[in-house]
Amino acid sequence: MSCIEQMKYEILLDRTTYKDAREYIVNNSDEVYYVSPGYKIFKDYHIIGVPPIALGAKGNALIFTYTKPCYGTFVLTVDNEDSTKEIGRLREAETEKVKTSLKKGKPPESPKVPSSGSYLDMWKK
Amino acid sequence: MTGVKVLLMMGCPEVPIQTSIALYLSHKLTKLGFDVTVAGTGAATQLLKVSDSDGYYAKKLASLDNTLEDIMENRTDFDICFAFMHNDAGMTYAATMSAVSQSRLYSIVFGRNAEALAETIEFDCEKIVSKDVHNPVRLKNKLDKVVEEIVK
Repeated sequence: MSCIEQMKYEILLDRTTYKDAREYIVNNSDEVYYVSPGYKIFKDYHIIGVPPIALGAKGNALIFTYTKPCYGTFVLTVDNEDSTKEIGRLREAETEKVKTSLKKGKPPESPKVPSSGSYLDMWKK
Repeated sequence: MTGVKVLLMMGCPEVPIQTSIALYLSHKLTKLGFDVTVAGTGAATQLLKVSDSDGYYAKKLASLDNTLEDIMENRTDFDICFAFMHNDAGMTYAATMSAVSQSRLYSIVFGRNAEALAETIEFDCEKIVSKDVHNPVRLKNKLDKVVEEIVK
């Protein structure tokens, strides 16, 4: 399905549940972005996951989940030019969301910094 | 039910009843006129290919990841999806299907931890739960009732 297995990645957590992988990303990233299942990163990897799907940024490294049917979910990190681009794209999308919220007269959401609440609380907002 | 597109989404084939139920359900639905595609991991589809070498029971086989990618890219979709799951990864794939597809979703939850796994399902679907591992009869009977409801 994707080029992930051909990329230089580091495994941060292996063979876990999706819920635990998401919590790991929320607790170990400088910035957290939430996307929908199927969100595409690195040109051809569509993220498989239970919404809300968390993507983390730590410096220039992107932290994300990778699920394999027989082995469970892994948390991987990639730190290269492509991850920098992906983080830039996530930040840009977040800025657009804020602009749209302001246009509609709603207070902007601030999803970048992980809150002290659980991921479920964030999703319920 | 001619032309109604059904996807059987197989996960890891570690639990034996998945293969027999997939073959059974594929054949039953095909006989009823459904257009059935069976998608699975490499090993799961190889098990079907060897068991049903003439493609009598499962006529259309596909890669699970490629099928999901086609749905995500809006190249295809299905009317009904049966998602097999006996582990968290299977549930994760089904949750993804629920989010990206317009299909009516049925979660077939089986294996020793079926009941606990079924409780973790938060997406909209009909659950068919059977904690069987080796003997497919109980799950088959439950699915017969579900199919009966679908064709009503």
